[in-house]
Amino acid sequence: MSEVASNTIARENLYGLAAEFATTPGIYHAAEEAHSAGYKWFDCLVPFPVHGLDRAMGVKMTILPILVFFGGMLGLTLACCLQIFTNSLEFDIWALIPVVGYQYDVSGKPLLGAAAFVPVAFEMTVLFSALTAVFGTLFLNKLPMFYHPTLKHPALARATDDRFYLVIEARDPKFRLDEVEAFLNSLNPETVIALEK
Amino acid sequence: MTTAPVNKIDNTIEDPENRPQLILNHTEFSSVTTDILRANESSKAPKSWYFALAISFTMMSMLGAMIGYLIFTGVGVWGNNNPVAWGYPIVNFVFWVGIGHAGTLISAILFLFRQKWRTAINRFAEAMTIFAVICAGTFPGIHIGRVWLAYWLFPIPNQMDMWPQFRSPLLWDVFAVGTYFTVSLLFWYLGMVPDLATMRDRATSKVKQLVYGLLSLGWRGSMRHWHRYERAYLLLAALATPLVLSVHSVVSFDFAVSQLPGWHTTIFPPYFVAGAIFSGFAMVMTLAIPARQLWGLKNFITMRHLENMCKVVLFTGSIVGYAYSMEFFIAWYSGEIYESFTFINRAFGPYGWAYWIMVSCNVLTPQIFWFKKARNNIAIIFTASLLVNVGMWFERFVIVVTSLANDFLPSSWGMYEPTWVDVVTFLGSFGLFMTFFLLFIRFLPILAIAELKSIMPIADPHGHGHSYNEMSGETNAQAELAEEDE
Repeated sequence: MSEVASNTIARENLYGLAAEFATTPGIYHAAEEAHSAGYKWFDCLVPFPVHGLDRAMGVKMTILPILVFFGGMLGLTLACCLQIFTNSLEFDIWALIPVVGYQYDVSGKPLLGAAAFVPVAFEMTVLFSALTAVFGTLFLNKLPMFYHPTLKHPALARATDDRFYLVIEARDPKFRLDEVEAFLNSLNPETVIALEK
Repeated sequence: MTTAPVNKIDNTIEDPENRPQLILNHTEFSSVTTDILRANESSKAPKSWYFALAISFTMMSMLGAMIGYLIFTGVGVWGNNNPVAWGYPIVNFVFWVGIGHAGTLISAILFLFRQKWRTAINRFAEAMTIFAVICAGTFPGIHIGRVWLAYWLFPIPNQMDMWPQFRSPLLWDVFAVGTYFTVSLLFWYLGMVPDLATMRDRATSKVKQLVYGLLSLGWRGSMRHWHRYERAYLLLAALATPLVLSVHSVVSFDFAVSQLPGWHTTIFPPYFVAGAIFSGFAMVMTLAIPARQLWGLKNFITMRHLENMCKVVLFTGSIVGYAYSMEFFIAWYSGEIYESFTFINRAFGPYGWAYWIMVSCNVLTPQIFWFKKARNNIAIIFTASLLVNVGMWFERFVIVVTSLANDFLPSSWGMYEPTWVDVVTFLGSFGLFMTFFLLFIRFLPILAIAELKSIMPIADPHGHGHSYNEMSGETNAQAELAEEDE
């Protein structure tokens, strides 16, 4: 179990070491240990979000909700500007550039009918928030990323099926090959795998 | 095609001490993956799939032919006439948008309510939403007459210096349905990314590896990714919830903001939303029952799931029934002669037959789900869900046609009759819907695999077991004794 193939990979080509676990308590415990041992560049590869694992790893709360809030506000602003400019206004920017809307007179109703502008403003707020949520996640996760050392190793394909992996990266300041190997083995993994860059 | 064994476990029993099992006969993660993807990964689909695809594709081609005929000839090929300018296209539009609503309800609202049973049905309900909205979008698109000017619907600068009229509900619809489609698509795709990665890692051919690899965006199951992903999913659910309520409200404004008797009522937004969820759930059941049979998914879409959906249909069907009676009451109570006439005319006038089809399908049919025997009988559920679909189409027919045909002055009344082109176009839209759906169940993960794993008892990292599936086979004699009605 402790025979790591790391000696076949040159040190500068080593991405990190991965320990395989078969159960959720196993990976949860391992993540807690890795966090308290002071490793920074480590990750857990899991087939589904294990409840509380992010907190056990010491992952900070994502800024995504804040981005989504501003995305929504942008949508709201754009929707209001769009409706007011196109339906209610006619003016010149610096007396030079004419901005001409199309002022429909419908039964003498006000041109700046705020109530009538609510549905579109609402929809645009939701649309921009949702776009920010999805593309913000992808951006923060640095996806799409079609090449990654953990995708390269055939054994780690089970991370999308039924196995859980703790990966400690070689770029971690505390990374000493023998120490990390011993540390991972102390967690009772199924196996420890060396990952090539 | 072989399927996993289905042991006789009755998970519809209400036992306050034990939470019911939601995933039957599975104790390992890997068997869940294999069981769900079995149909996708088998080299050949069942014969019935090819058969259904052939029929659907033919119907879809008919839709294409009808649209071509319409564009080259003009809207005169339809039955739409002067008082009834909306006719079939708008009936079909509202019908299809309504179908879509159940998908979002399941994926967003039930997610916020922590209804774990939703995980087995949300993926294909969301797919259903997207395909239904595509069908819905087709109809107003071709109803505008000059299809090549459809871009006038959008606020795009044009040579006439003209902008859309933002105080019109018809334009709100463009934004509501457009947003709804985009958000549903994003929600569906984001939810599917981890499962596409599973399919990528299990792919046996280069082509599959490449396609699923590209679609899964290089997802590797990193918990740091999952952390943001879960947050995004929650945010999308919270955004989709008011969105889905707003979409059918806006659709109802198309009617309610006008001055027409029978349309100009404040009850329309909630009544339309309830009706939409009602029809959508019926469609989910119509699709789920054959799909679980054909794809061997009875361990995931269990009787309890179907029973829960029956309860939703019963509840929303009763709201719809209440709305019908309240419309009548207000028509009388308002003392408005045109309003009163419209409703009496709906029930007993020339379109009375459509009204009574609507009432019997939508109000009476779901009442059968008060009985547990009916909720546990596949044949009854399937028949009732089909009847509800029929009834909900007639509801839109009644609303659109009767109000327009007989409004104020009898001199401007006119009857409406659909032409063969109308009927074939409508049937063709089912072809479009089913073609997409059949391709989806063959090539994409039909159930949310990662989410299903997370509700299994072994997924709990603390082993407290206050997750689902607590009752194990041997401790629950009740379950063994209970017979399954399937």
